[in-house]
Amino acid sequence: MSVLSAATRAEVERHRDRYPQARSAVLPSLWALQNQIGHVSPEGMREVSEILGLAPSEVEAVASFYAMYLDRPGGRHHVLVCVNVSCGLRGADDIVAHLERRLGCPSGGTSADGEFTWEHTVECLGACGGAPAMQVDHHFHENLTPERVDAVLEAVRAPSARAGGDRS
Amino acid sequence: MAEHRLLTEHFGMEGIQTLAGYERAGGYQGLRRALRELTPDDLVAQVKASGLRGRGGAGFPTGTKWSFLPGDVHPRYLCVNADESEPGCFKDRALIEGDPHQLIEGTLIAAYAIQAPIAFIYIRGEYFDQRLLLERCVEEARAAGYIGRGILGSDFSCDVIVHGGAGAYICGEETALLDSLEGRRGQPRLKPPFPAVKGLYGQPTVVNNVETLSNLPHIVLRGGSWYASLGTEKSKGTRLFCCSGHIERPGTYEMLLGTPIRELLEEECGGVWKGRRLKAFQPGGGSMQVLLPEHLDLPLDMEAVAQAGSALGAGAMVFMDETTCMVNVSMRLVDFYHHESCGKCSPCREGTYFESDLMHRLERGVLAPEELTTLSDICDNMNGKCFCPLGDTATWFVMSAYAAFRDEFEAHCGAGRCPVREPRAAEAVA
Ligand SMILES: Cc1cc2nc3c(=O)[nH]c(=O)nc-3n(C[C@H](O)[C@H](O)[C@H](O)COP(=O)(O)O)c2cc1C
Repeated sequence: MSVLSAATRAEVERHRDRYPQARSAVLPSLWALQNQIGHVSPEGMREVSEILGLAPSEVEAVASFYAMYLDRPGGRHHVLVCVNVSCGLRGADDIVAHLERRLGCPSGGTSADGEFTWEHTVECLGACGGAPAMQVDHHFHENLTPERVDAVLEAVRAPSARAGGDRS
Repeated sequence: MAEHRLLTEHFGMEGIQTLAGYERAGGYQGLRRALRELTPDDLVAQVKASGLRGRGGAGFPTGTKWSFLPGDVHPRYLCVNADESEPGCFKDRALIEGDPHQLIEGTLIAAYAIQAPIAFIYIRGEYFDQRLLLERCVEEARAAGYIGRGILGSDFSCDVIVHGGAGAYICGEETALLDSLEGRRGQPRLKPPFPAVKGLYGQPTVVNNVETLSNLPHIVLRGGSWYASLGTEKSKGTRLFCCSGHIERPGTYEMLLGTPIRELLEEECGGVWKGRRLKAFQPGGGSMQVLLPEHLDLPLDMEAVAQAGSALGAGAMVFMDETTCMVNVSMRLVDFYHHESCGKCSPCREGTYFESDLMHRLERGVLAPEELTTLSDICDNMNGKCFCPLGDTATWFVMSAYAAFRDEFEAHCGAGRCPVREPRAAEAVA
């Protein structure tokens, strides 16, 4: 059985045909794969490579270079906390300590209920004007305090409020 | 003097993220004028006359860069650098969120100037909502005839493709960006050949920053000499400064170049927070050398800041108050470069590893005093000896901080803890 759904397969084909060279479609195709199954699996990458006319190793070598492609399944939501300088100067370490307590696992881990995989990163997220900041499922949340972190996690956990970031 | 709003004039305006809103604000008139009244050569001449310099960090004159393309080689490509990942930098995000069609209009003007049939906007993976916004705006512009075949009835055709990255600072370096866009690991290429000669798919290519391109509609509408009347002798126009750290009002502020840094800090940013004193600041993002309170009277001018031993770089100002531990700040930056080193050359790959190890031990207060010499030696063996500037800049802040705050670095050696940060703050890190 194939990993890629018909829709994902069509998306990869669309990317392949969009660029002057099919190889350029590797990054967007890996995103399509990850958006469907939550990470980039070897089987999924093999299917992507077939569509793009590349060797599987060529796609895997690219995937392993970029920090945002996840090589294994994680929690239902992904939390990324910045600890670079601007966030560090405004209390990112407190946010990190709070998340570790709240989710009961160290950075890189997944909460016992399977809801959240979280990690801190030195990669500046580009939210220094709203430091300290984090992203949940790629949406920005800024000017964090431990209380705000709790509110964001609760809102994300509730299925009705799953979309959209905010920076208030 | 307050902010000088040119690129940010329409920020916050109702509907500005839509084509209709942008057109209401006078949008796409620059593109219209360029296509109707200017030849590509005229346009290059206007941009040269404007004195516009790249806003991606290096400050290279934009018109001059365009004129390096060999005359007879086609197709050429335009790549918009929206990889913005410099620590402290968030202006390109502000420009994308605040006036997305301004960037698309600037992109099309540049594509016309260099006669590129495709422009790629390479946006960092973390800017996920921003990518979706740009994709929506591109489709709107396409439907209105600003993108595609025979734009606005002219014989110029151009497609715009928004391309998402996936988490790699090095992909902001222009040749690594090209490799990434070609579907490879994002590692820098040997220069020469420069992208203008052999870039994307081996074809002549221009890579320009988001802010650089956002200036173009204004230059086309008001003329190169008008633009050249703004700013200082060599730093023309305005720039968006991303202000963060220990200040009352963090954010992006668009300033006329030449304005004193003190004015930016005291009037726009509301000064150092909590009534504290400034200890140090970084004027150009994580890569640039530390400056001190005595440098606050410097003008926002590339040459003046360079003379003081640092650089305006990508326009990110990080302010640090008197309670800041410079070792801790240096450690975070060194960790960043260690994490982001692409692994291609050994001085950077190995050097950042050793730097990071030494800085962590120094921050915990368990480094032996003589190991500070090792730190200097390692940085000496990196700076100027790496394949690309990433490895060089991995040494600049830490070495400048060590020079300016030597006592503080030495006081950490063997102290068993950070002697600077308040105990509570130090515990939170441990
Ligand atoms: C490690 C590294 C990272 C860079 N990151 C960026 C970036 O995120 N955005 C950018 O515009 N330029 C970045 N640059 C500069 C680009 O190489 C290039 O000079 C710039 O995009 C040219 O555009 P401009 O002439 O309009 O400034 C980076 C350079 C280096 C060495």
